[in-house]
Amino acid sequence: MSDISLKSVVKRHGDALILRGISLDIRDGEFMTLLGPSGCGKSTLLRIIAGLDMQDSGEVMIAGRSVDGLRPKERDVAMVFQSYALYPHLSVFDNIALPLRVRRLGGLQRMPLLGGLMPGRRAIETAIRREVEETAAALDISHLLGRKPGQLSGGQRQRAALGRALVRHPAVFLMDEPLSNLDAKLRVQMRAEISGLHRRLGSTFLFVTHDQGEAMTMSDRVAVMMGGELIQVGTPEELYHDPHDLRVAEFIGSPRINVMPVEALVPEAGNRCAVFPGAATLAFRPEAADLSPPATALLSGRIAAIENLGSDIFIEVAVTGEGAALPIIVRVKPSSDRFIIGDAVGICPDPKRIIQFAASGRRLRTQGREHVAA
Amino acid sequence: MKHALPSSKGEPMALVAGRRRREQGIAWLAMAPAVALLILLLFGPILAVAVFSFTDWQIGSPSLRFLGFDNYRALFADAVFWKALANTALYVAIVVPGTVILGLVVALLIEARPALRSFYRAAHFLPVMSTMAAMAIVWSTMLHPTIGLVNRLLAEFGVSGVNWLRDERTVLPALAVIGIWQSFGFAMVLFVAGLKSIPQSLYDAAAIDGADGLLDRLRTVTMPMLGPVTMFVLILTAKRAFEVFDTVRVLTKGGPNFASDVLLHRLYTESFDFLRTGYGAALTVVYLAVVMLLTRAQARMLDRRVHYT
Repeated sequence: MSDISLKSVVKRHGDALILRGISLDIRDGEFMTLLGPSGCGKSTLLRIIAGLDMQDSGEVMIAGRSVDGLRPKERDVAMVFQSYALYPHLSVFDNIALPLRVRRLGGLQRMPLLGGLMPGRRAIETAIRREVEETAAALDISHLLGRKPGQLSGGQRQRAALGRALVRHPAVFLMDEPLSNLDAKLRVQMRAEISGLHRRLGSTFLFVTHDQGEAMTMSDRVAVMMGGELIQVGTPEELYHDPHDLRVAEFIGSPRINVMPVEALVPEAGNRCAVFPGAATLAFRPEAADLSPPATALLSGRIAAIENLGSDIFIEVAVTGEGAALPIIVRVKPSSDRFIIGDAVGICPDPKRIIQFAASGRRLRTQGREHVAA
Repeated sequence: MKHALPSSKGEPMALVAGRRRREQGIAWLAMAPAVALLILLLFGPILAVAVFSFTDWQIGSPSLRFLGFDNYRALFADAVFWKALANTALYVAIVVPGTVILGLVVALLIEARPALRSFYRAAHFLPVMSTMAAMAIVWSTMLHPTIGLVNRLLAEFGVSGVNWLRDERTVLPALAVIGIWQSFGFAMVLFVAGLKSIPQSLYDAAAIDGADGLLDRLRTVTMPMLGPVTMFVLILTAKRAFEVFDTVRVLTKGGPNFASDVLLHRLYTESFDFLRTGYGAALTVVYLAVVMLLTRAQARMLDRRVHYT
């Protein structure tokens, strides 16, 4: 059992409130991602769970016991850092072996020269060697064990850092934006590898990222953080299709969700789209609308850009009149008619898939079933 | 078969060679001021000293006679020279580790607590900025056998002090302590700069890996990451310790009974007090050779063990 439970964790930095009472339950063996823009407090939360920082109030439980006041090494967590934080003077082997040596060898046994003479050291070193080699083989870095981190590529350093975390089989893996220093192609590959690692080990993973693509593709559940608060916790599907907050809707999805003030879509009373009382903002995903001739549509404008991805085409439409400030993005199938930049088109969002938000950014639900009046 | 090999751009070799000569000419022209100064100020004097060391020349004397290796023979037969060499070695052996260790400890202490950090830094750096000859006077007062602060303090604890600078057993260690006092601030400043450049994530990684005790942190992160700085400090401190002169000149003049005579002081005495310029030159050559050998050996040894990121 290695679930993590946070109870109203608060962290202040001077006057600034970094974490405003975070409560979160991470199940045993779950791949949970903390997603949010930079400065939202996600890394601070991770450091608090690791024991590198202390919360000002609240409680952190790992595997059912409170770890407050415990030092990082007593929490049975491993961490992978954004900068990898490999010890540059040690070979990859020594880097991976270090956590084992610190834990298993006594202070005297680790002395540079004297250590070799201490009884019992040889047997422990043999066991450590075997475990390091097993870990390296699992990560496909056996041939790099003799090298120093400075002689490795970014991806290889990443693996070495993973090896150092893996080797002592911790209950919880904490990862602080481990992929952000890799190039795009390698990042996609490492996503798959880390997911595979998670399936193989079955340990609890807590992954911090600002990249919604990483969060959506790797996680069992995603916790979206903004401004020191958890806004929504859910599966990637829930976050995409059922955002509780405008900020979540805007943060997740690529291309972005279309957002406009309610007046843009409802120019006069008696329109086809029914609006809940209190709605201030309407939003719909690019795939929740179709293009049509301008006359029949709710919105109309001219095509500003066309992004052809092969499987999908995204059309950006600059809407005429005031209303949406940003162009509206609509997904069309490649088989549909050819569009040309500058064409006048209409946009017909599917009324059932328009999401409504109050002025506070809070989601408005379909109370009273008054949704479509077409 | 002999062909005029075309260069990569298809020009004949003769043309390329001509251009290369021209470029070399410009390069030498550009280096000329630096080279001239180097010869005038560095290589010239060293060469002159080396030449004088084979003569009986005295400062101001219109004539000189070549003696071959006579000066060197006399030097190596001179017990005072060996005494000075041994004293210098002992002085360096005390001052270098003392300076490095004290500088490092003070740097770690200063960095450990943010309060008054810049005050401590400035305070510890003051001795470096001061004029050693003037400070030597202060030290001589402190080490005075009857009215000196040191002996009075010792008397408070019931220990009877010694005449630090007049006792053959204590004079060199006393001078070494003054040397450490003077130079550890410099080492400290360099170490503080080095400490600041160690990424926090390495300490975090060490904490997660379990190396979170003071000694473990030092061994796993701090010392290896300070390697390049330590090497620089070691070489610089060793060089400065070898050059010790002003405290000796002001406080002891090499006495008592040559117990605090060091190479540079010997060199000065022979050359300028006794006006034996040729002999002094031989001493200088030996001194230069020793310093160069040691620096070379030190750099080699450390290069193998120091990690540069």
